[in-house]
Amino acid sequence: MAEPWEDDEVEGPVFKFLYVNRKAPYGTIYALESLEVVLIAAAFEQDVSLAFVDDGVYQIKKGQDTAGIGMKNFSPTYRALEGYDVEKLYVEKEALEERGLTTDDLIVPVEVVSRAEMADLMDEQDVILSF
Amino acid sequence: MAQLHTVNKSPFERNAFVSCLEHAKEGSGILLFEDGVYAAMNGTAVADKVKAALSGRSLYVLGPDVKARGLSEDNVIDGVKVVDYEGFVDLVTEYDKVQSWL
Amino acid sequence: MKLAVMVNEGPYQHQSADSALQFVRAALSKGHEIFRVFFYHDGVNNSTRFPVPPQDDRNIVDSWSKLAAEHNIDLVVCIAAAQRRGILDADEAKRQGKDGNNIAPGFRISGLGQLIEAGIQADRLVVFGD
Repeated sequence: MAEPWEDDEVEGPVFKFLYVNRKAPYGTIYALESLEVVLIAAAFEQDVSLAFVDDGVYQIKKGQDTAGIGMKNFSPTYRALEGYDVEKLYVEKEALEERGLTTDDLIVPVEVVSRAEMADLMDEQDVILSF
Repeated sequence: MAQLHTVNKSPFERNAFVSCLEHAKEGSGILLFEDGVYAAMNGTAVADKVKAALSGRSLYVLGPDVKARGLSEDNVIDGVKVVDYEGFVDLVTEYDKVQSWL
Repeated sequence: MKLAVMVNEGPYQHQSADSALQFVRAALSKGHEIFRVFFYHDGVNNSTRFPVPPQDDRNIVDSWSKLAAEHNIDLVVCIAAAQRRGILDADEAKRQGKDGNNIAPGFRISGLGQLIEAGIQADRLVVFGD
């Protein structure tokens, strides 16, 4: 069903946007602010994918508890992405393995891809925003 | 859909360069600038990785960043092309998209 | 070609802003159009008019303002990132009850949608950061 505001949307080409997350949360603000970009981007009805490579996989680690560091735990927001129609989350298998993680450690359902598949995914995009 | 990758980190400080190499497909370009230029020099621990990457990929290094750091363009690994900022712009337009390895 | 640039670090601490300035100047000299420069993360700190760098150093904020004036470049500062870091224009200062504003000439504060729009409208988007 069309939402009422969709009538105002300008019809245009749909581009493939990839948001590449390579940094761990909390130590720097990149993870949090890149998530804010993704939430806004969802309103533009582009073809959005998120990639988690290198330390970016730590962003979606289960069990984050920030009470002791006085910062907001924003990891539940990754679970809310589905509600914004952001459903394509790709995690690199090698990045998980290098860090001793498995998909059981992750807070959201993701598609696990090999490094070679991740390279293909990057190559298929129109616009790549890296944080 | 060939991609231009940019790397601005020293390969001795962060994994951006190595991670970029592992994701850069055949036919793609890699531009080293800012502290990324250290990867382009002869005789470093990553020189063999750079030489291996040169088969199937094009590597570029930003000359002004090389000179600023007391390095010589003469000591850039054979096959890595030295460009200036205008050359940087040309690469951005020649490749289909740009991915920054920050 | 129509190029868009994203700057994710503040001036001086990282080379990102200098590199972005050099890139934009080179693109303009080659006849390309700069669709927009979008400032995010600590990149919003490029837009405060208060820095007083030593006289023998470059003035990065002034360089942006001059580029904007001479080439009519759209310099957009992300509002959410700017609010976190205390970058305010007159309207925003009033709205937030702050006693002054600090935005430099040529910059405007707007939403993240401006970044996505740049990704859609420009032929290329180049990200400068750390």
